[in-house]
Amino acid sequence: MIHTAAVSWTALEPILPELLLIGIGVLLIGCDLFLPRQRQLLPWLTVLGCLTALAMILAAQPVTAFGGMFLADGYAKVFKVICLGAVILTTLMAGQFRRLIGPRQGEYDSLLLFSLVGMLLMASAGDLMVLYLGLELMALPVYALVGLHKREQRTSEAAIKYFLMGAFASALLLFGMSLLYGLTGTTDIGRIAELIASRNLAANPALLAALGLLLAGLCFKVAVAPFHLWTPDVYEGAPTLVTAFMSVGPKAAGFAIFGRMLLEGLPQLQGHWGPILAVLALLTMAVGNITALCQHSLKRMLAYSSIAHAGYAVLGLLPGTAEGMAATMTYLVVYLFMNLGAFAVLMLLAAPGQSRESIDDCKGLATRHPVVAALMLVFLFSLTGIPPTGGFIGKFYLLKAAFTAGYTLTVVGAVLFSAISAYFYLRVVRLMYMSEAEAPVSLTFSPGMTAALGLCLAGALGLGLFPGSLLGWIVAALTGS
Amino acid sequence: MSMPLLSILIFFPILGGLSLLCVPRQQTATIRLMAFFVSLVELLLTLPLVLLFDKSTHVMQFVEQHPWIPALHINYSLGIDGISILFLLLTALIIVLSVLVSWESIGDKVPEFFIAMLLLEGAMMGVFCATDFILFYIFWEAMLIPMFLIIGIWGGPNRIYATVKFFLYTLVGSLLMLVGIILLYQHGGRTFDILKLAGQAYPLKLQLILFWAFFAAFAVKVPMWPVHTWLPGAHTEAPAAGSVILAGVLIKMGAYGFLRFSLPILPDATQQMMLPMLALSVIAIVYGAVICLAQTDLKRLIAYSSVSHMGFVTLGLFALNQRGLEGSILQMINHGLVTGALFLAVGMIYERTHTREIAAYGGLASTMPVFAGFFLLFTLAAVGLPGTNGFIGEFLILLGGFESQPWAAVIAASGLILGAWYMLWLYQRIFFNEVRDGMRGLIQLNLREILTLAPMAVLILWIGLYPNALLSFLHVSVGHLLDQVHGVGLAGPVLPPLTSYLP
Repeated sequence: MIHTAAVSWTALEPILPELLLIGIGVLLIGCDLFLPRQRQLLPWLTVLGCLTALAMILAAQPVTAFGGMFLADGYAKVFKVICLGAVILTTLMAGQFRRLIGPRQGEYDSLLLFSLVGMLLMASAGDLMVLYLGLELMALPVYALVGLHKREQRTSEAAIKYFLMGAFASALLLFGMSLLYGLTGTTDIGRIAELIASRNLAANPALLAALGLLLAGLCFKVAVAPFHLWTPDVYEGAPTLVTAFMSVGPKAAGFAIFGRMLLEGLPQLQGHWGPILAVLALLTMAVGNITALCQHSLKRMLAYSSIAHAGYAVLGLLPGTAEGMAATMTYLVVYLFMNLGAFAVLMLLAAPGQSRESIDDCKGLATRHPVVAALMLVFLFSLTGIPPTGGFIGKFYLLKAAFTAGYTLTVVGAVLFSAISAYFYLRVVRLMYMSEAEAPVSLTFSPGMTAALGLCLAGALGLGLFPGSLLGWIVAALTGS
Repeated sequence: MSMPLLSILIFFPILGGLSLLCVPRQQTATIRLMAFFVSLVELLLTLPLVLLFDKSTHVMQFVEQHPWIPALHINYSLGIDGISILFLLLTALIIVLSVLVSWESIGDKVPEFFIAMLLLEGAMMGVFCATDFILFYIFWEAMLIPMFLIIGIWGGPNRIYATVKFFLYTLVGSLLMLVGIILLYQHGGRTFDILKLAGQAYPLKLQLILFWAFFAAFAVKVPMWPVHTWLPGAHTEAPAAGSVILAGVLIKMGAYGFLRFSLPILPDATQQMMLPMLALSVIAIVYGAVICLAQTDLKRLIAYSSVSHMGFVTLGLFALNQRGLEGSILQMINHGLVTGALFLAVGMIYERTHTREIAAYGGLASTMPVFAGFFLLFTLAAVGLPGTNGFIGEFLILLGGFESQPWAAVIAASGLILGAWYMLWLYQRIFFNEVRDGMRGLIQLNLREILTLAPMAVLILWIGLYPNALLSFLHVSVGHLLDQVHGVGLAGPVLPPLTSYLP
């Protein structure tokens, strides 16, 4: 027999975007080291790389590579676009943070790119091993990013907290995976579902234990109550830029593996995880929205609001159908724009030496900066879910999906909690438009920030007015593959 | 090729409002003029609708239909029948007058105010034109944002409490309706088309659940007793234009919602719930009127009188007969005109005296005779004096109510007496008695203000003397609606766009 040792390069084609991003990540470190004067170009290089990867991913045909370990299907494509969008937008905003990031620009950008590669792998994972690898590759750079301001105590505390909690969640997830492997003898997600069906494992207590551990681990990653406790502290402690990124990118990637595990790996257990998730979703919305009511820090309020939004997004997982998943994906796309938009305005408010993260810092913004206030108004109403913004379409789709699956009470609960959420989002609007400013605020815009704000506005409003093509694309991506 | 008249009607004020962004902020005069111009053109745009409208059919006219979100089966579909056309006219008129009354009273953030108002107008037009349930919901909710800002930014001292209360009340109601809409979608053949949803035989239990889900949204908006408590605050604290729009159009939408959705889609539940609804209406009539007697604040009194008058509207609505329904719709228009006019007048006098306390007024009849004349006409219309429009509406409602449930009409009639009591007493306290200190030397109404009030006065008398001008629009549509409620005929076929009516 002849073993061909030669590597078949064409086999690498499906992961070319990931390889490209890794290359750029390494290049960024090199440039940072050897061309320190050109540092201001690094964010643009990052954006360029991401845009190229985006184009490659959009153009690629759905394939299964590496013996089913890597799935470049429509499902992965949608999540990859969301993650790339998050990285592009946050990189554009980074100009605002130049002062703070300063000499660590190269590190910042390359860490972001490595984390992005992890997220892309998570979206494409067809195997438990790839899934875990992607997860860790995503998480490790983010731990470092959270602690970017080493000298600030709050930041370091957040980084340590996030690391410990994240490691714990990973361990839970690994334990669940090992149980799954023990029961089925395979790590291929699709194969696991087949074996559970053919061997009648659905009622096996060990499998239920595995499900419980997996759910706990996954809920940690997307910050679903009662596994959300790390979120407020970490989000508040991390640099605002990193918080903005974390609240969208890793969360979307978390939902990617969440959906992949439940829908493709454990569809037979839907009767178990459906109701559990319904309760957790309600709990998450309750915790997020009610706690956000009494926050004085805008950043912390947005942290709790992002917990609540994870609760809404879980609604789409409940039915265990492609339609439900499409709703979650749509919501995450809309959420990307509206949440990053709100964080962008928060970043604009920050001034040298002052963080200006309190809600009171919004006072009188409309008088001094009508445009910024109007933008924030759109983002906040979108987060509340008021038409004609994208937030409404996203939420409506989710409610409809959960309703179709028969979770009527969960939907009624979700609706009531979203009415509660109106109160704290409105409080910001109220302070911006209906109070007088205490001290004059001067805002500086970097060109990247302007571009990012424009994109976020276009996303939050555009998806509300013309959601047809996005929904069509997502549904086609899910069912066409 | 037919002109998409309804789309133009919806998007012209929105684009017109956004075009104000192009004018430098300091040029407030230009901004006002432009806003006035936009609202006036919008009023003129409703004329072709009136001229081309075919009163002899109940089917939707000027229909437009385009797929909007195909993945969710949501269409951009518009159409009007004899009921909605009246509200389009009312909305366009009220906005013109609101722009006029805000001419000098709004001095801060002028462009934002007029933009909010014109966006609001577009959304209100959309509510009355939409024949897709989700499209309706989107316009319905979109109204909240500008209204929240109008009350909260340009309102009175207690504005923030009032506007947040208004927003949250309405939002909770609307969200429950949203759940109802999705439930209806599940059981109504997976469509959001109002015409297709009507005339299907839903099980009674489902109808009842849906009825109460819709009730949550519509009753808050009307507002029916006991969910009316947001209204006095919002009306009182809003700037004059805001009060006029709230009283003139916004609260009519609740009743319009009942007409457009609850009655035709849920006929069995409507009949089942007729008695509770009539009871709530009668309570609102008497309760609102009694509360009015105790008010010391001018705007608050008119606000509570709205609760009483809207009680008449819902009474006529749930009488479920031709007279009651026609009276109810006419009364909505009347109330929009009369209460709108009263709020306009109060806005004008508030600009001069800066007080809303009734006790501070007195003797205005001798210091501002022209104003007193106008106010007298509005007061009498609110009381329902024959010859004014108020009489026709209330009389029809009482007739309809009596045919349906005599006791309801009997108790409701006491509301008329109370109404005459509080309105005439109010008139006496403000315009007669000796002239108070602060009331001397007030500036007479200027031409702009007279032009603002005159159309209202003309319409009040015109409808009072020749109600058929409006009622003729209603006969066929209301008759069809009643057929749907009483199960005589199923929903008629939807005709293709009426291209033949247009050049």
